Amino acid sequence: MNSVSEIQEAVQGAKSVRVRGGGSKPALSQRDCQVDAQCLDLSALKGVIDYQPEEYTFTARAGTPVAEMTALLAEKGQYLPFDPPLAERGATLGGTVAAGLSGPGRYRYGGIRDFLIGIRFVDGKGQEVRGGGAVVKNAAGFDFPKLFVGSLGRLGILTELTFKVFPQPSAYATVAAEFDGLSDLLGALDAVTRSAIDLHAVDFAPEEQGWTLWVRIGGLLTVLQERAQALRTVVSAGTGQMRSLSLYQDQEEEEGLWQTVRSMRWLTEGTGLVRIPLTPQRIPAVEEALSGSQTATRRYSVGGNLLWLGWPDVTAQAGVEQDSSRDLHGLLQELGLQGIQLIGRARREGANRDEGDARDHEGPLLGRPLQNAFLRRIAAALDPEGKFEPW
Amino acid sequence: MNVHPLIETLSRLYDADRLLTRPAQLMAYESDALTAFQQRAAAVVIPQNREEVIETIRLCHGYNVPFVARGSGTSLSGGSLPIADGIVIALNRLDRILRLDAAERIAVVEPGVINLKVSEAAKPYGLYYAPDPSSQSICTIGGNVAFNSGGAHCLKYGMTSNHVLGMTVALPDGEVVELGGESLEGIGPDLPGFFVGSEGLFGVALEITLRLLPIPQTYRTVLAAYDSLHAAGDAVTAVVASGLLPGAIEIMDALAIKAAEVGAKAGYPTAPALLIVELEGEESAVEAEFSQLMQLIEETAPVEVRMAQTADERARIWKGRKAAFSAVGRLAPDYIVQDGVVPRSRLGDALAEIDRLSASYGIDVANVFHAGDGNLHPLILFDGREEGALERAEELAGEVLELCVELGGSITGEHGVGMEKRAFLPKMYGPLEMQAMEDVRRSVDSKSLANRGKMLPAGEAESLTHVGPHPLEKAGVIFRE
Ligand SMILES: Cc1cc2nc3c(=O)[nH]c(=O)nc-3n(C[C@H](O)[C@H](O)[C@H](O)COP(=O)(O)OP(=O)(O)OC[C@H]3O[C@@H](n4cnc5c(N)ncnc54)[C@H](O)[C@@H]3O)c2cc1C
Ligand SMILES: Cc1cc2nc3c(=O)[nH]c(=O)nc-3n(C[C@H](O)[C@H](O)[C@H](O)COP(=O)(O)OP(=O)(O)OC[C@H]3O[C@@H](n4cnc5c(N)ncnc54)[C@H](O)[C@@H]3O)c2cc1C
Repeated sequence: MNSVSEIQEAVQGAKSVRVRGGGSKPALSQRDCQVDAQCLDLSALKGVIDYQPEEYTFTARAGTPVAEMTALLAEKGQYLPFDPPLAERGATLGGTVAAGLSGPGRYRYGGIRDFLIGIRFVDGKGQEVRGGGAVVKNAAGFDFPKLFVGSLGRLGILTELTFKVFPQPSAYATVAAEFDGLSDLLGALDAVTRSAIDLHAVDFAPEEQGWTLWVRIGGLLTVLQERAQALRTVVSAGTGQMRSLSLYQDQEEEEGLWQTVRSMRWLTEGTGLVRIPLTPQRIPAVEEALSGSQTATRRYSVGGNLLWLGWPDVTAQAGVEQDSSRDLHGLLQELGLQGIQLIGRARREGANRDEGDARDHEGPLLGRPLQNAFLRRIAAALDPEGKFEPW
Repeated sequence: MNVHPLIETLSRLYDADRLLTRPAQLMAYESDALTAFQQRAAAVVIPQNREEVIETIRLCHGYNVPFVARGSGTSLSGGSLPIADGIVIALNRLDRILRLDAAERIAVVEPGVINLKVSEAAKPYGLYYAPDPSSQSICTIGGNVAFNSGGAHCLKYGMTSNHVLGMTVALPDGEVVELGGESLEGIGPDLPGFFVGSEGLFGVALEITLRLLPIPQTYRTVLAAYDSLHAAGDAVTAVVASGLLPGAIEIMDALAIKAAEVGAKAGYPTAPALLIVELEGEESAVEAEFSQLMQLIEETAPVEVRMAQTADERARIWKGRKAAFSAVGRLAPDYIVQDGVVPRSRLGDALAEIDRLSASYGIDVANVFHAGDGNLHPLILFDGREEGALERAEELAGEVLELCVELGGSITGEHGVGMEKRAFLPKMYGPLEMQAMEDVRRSVDSKSLANRGKMLPAGEAESLTHVGPHPLEKAGVIFRE
């Protein structure tokens, strides 16, 4: 697809349409391209339309690679504070919006939903419709930009996106603390997230032994050292047993820590990637459910509001260890959680499926079904003939 | 419409003191804070719990009678104006904070909870609810949700929409749905985000999960006076370009300053323009940023600079600013306020054009606004007793809105379209966009019952009478920005 009018014609002409940005989340974008639907590759629909650094906003075509955009912003000392993930794997702006993905920096100023201020999309009738606007504050009309965050290409095809951006902090520091157990870590997490320290990112993960918590702060270099000391004090003041604590201030090394997170480089080769929203209070139950599963590599992000879970991929080549006893879909259902498969496919037990959920046997949505009368009604309006994948 | 049989049925659900039908009772609900519009409802119901709200909506749907949810009625755009022969659902008694979870930093509230009460309840835990409309001591979270309300401190952390995680909503036919949840992250389309700002057209929010933030350790506030509005505008550009991220950047013009003096004895310097910039956050960071800010401000050649060193001094700076709006009302019997948005770099152009319009109409316009995000608040002063004065003021207001659209902005930053700006939404969006909104609305609300006639253009004209401050504003209880 090289132009909006091509997309419009394709939507008007086809019975069924699926969208693919760059395919960095193949579990979302690729499975349907094999069936009879017409699959539109948007990766050619790219380029910045308007970037005004003094306005702290930009407009770009949906297929623009995130990496290109962040490089352009960096030249002006600006950034997308929600840390869009998978950039070096070719993620596009449109795919990131449609998948609703924010990285660790989401903790500080909000997620992708909070920075997307305007969109253009091709609806199910093949019309290009505008939503939101180009200014940072706008309360006029329905907020279509928010609706399209997480819409998975099922409500329309994004063609153009307008974001607000922020000035990039001049320097960062990260405190990493190791704990013997999860409850020790959760004690420190509570102390640090309730403190008045302005935190850019709060992530944690189980290690070979124990758990590690990473807390990131940013701002003027001149006072960063002093603030990092204050942060250390808060982290250590938690109730739990802390094994060690290190401070990363070398800018390259520090950035490297978070680069690994944004690119999901911690993910073991051959495992799929599942994204699971939750709250810190749910984590002990999740950990108990996962216990005994050696194959579940994982990382908690956004102060314990998000779990990135590496899970055996049934579509992976032989040689990858499979944990055949585990049905992630059922497990999430039991926990009352929802997940979305971004890469690979988790094995599913047919027996655990809800009736209403049967259609989505191989779909990316796992756990508690996403059924919602409000969403159904909206989708019926934007896509009356059901050209896009149903919810 | 079968409003009488509906009222008959409602009378079995509500005691007489919670089902208002007598004209004297209905009068109190005839307008919101945009008193230019008045309309009498067929009945006002005052539910005490969510079941009563849901049942009322179901009945309205069954009898095909339109309804309007109402919080405190402080809408400035006619959003909570009743619909002729419709029902008003007054939500003020659903005012419980159901849960305040400090560990998860959330509050789950009923829609009638007053905005400020949330921060008050969170304070013992070192937390607060960030959006701070100047009406926060009286407006409800339900109203804030419907209008995506903002305030002076929304520059850094955003409007209502950025702070709502989840909701339980009764759709316009009474079907109850859960949107979002308690996590900062979600799966699927951002439905709470789509509901916020929908001006009551998607139904009634029954329960809202709000995100709380840790109270900033400290604030540093500076007030700078300039010899022209343009110079103050340039200072904003310099501050924004510096990469500092203030919590608030506000500007007042000469007329607004004068009003603040008369109304609140703010003790401001007499100057053509005042700029207020506030930094918030950790002590050491704010200290360092503040010296950077002061250096910047010095370079913009202000005629006078005052720094707030104490909480008292900070409060004094804000008192004048927050009171300015209402105080302007004392300079003339009536006024209209607009809240259009322009790109930040076009603020100077917009203000110059407003000045020109003011001169050519011979109507005073005072400006008090959120300069940091380009959100104008021109106050158009007039005397409603003069023949044709309201019409000319409205004409000027319309030109300001068109100006905002021309400059690539929006007709409203936080007050909503409501009844007042319906005619202007199609100037901002084309026919396809208007159709898409109408289609979604029809699909969500097949009978167009929920807040019929608001936001989206619709037939019936409303009776115009008098324009002026909200009664509570006249009494000095609340102020507007
Ligand atoms: C593990 C892995 C390693 C990789 N390594 C490399 C590499 O080394 N080099 C390389 O070049 N590539 C690599 N790739 C492939 C690369 O990731 C793809 O090019 C990917 O581009 C970008 O996809 P996306 O983020 O745009 O979203 P997609 O995965 O394309 O789409 C995500 C979701 O968004 C929807 N969507 C996308 N665009 C729109 C739109 N405009 N409107 C509405 N909905 C939309 C889709 O329907 C889908 O539901 C790798 C991929 C993976 C998984
Ligand atoms: C003096 C003054 C100062 C103001 N300052 C500001 C300001 O700084 N920033 C700002 O943004 N606004 C400001 N406003 C406007 C107003 O206070 C806000 O719009 C506020 O959110 C309205 O709340 P309310 O409870 O009064 O709602 P109402 O006026 O009662 O209702 C507003 C809209 O919300 C709908 N509604 C109410 N409850 C619900 C619900 N539970 N579910 C769905 N829809 C519902 C109504 O139908 C109506 O359309 C000011 C107003 C005044 C009078």
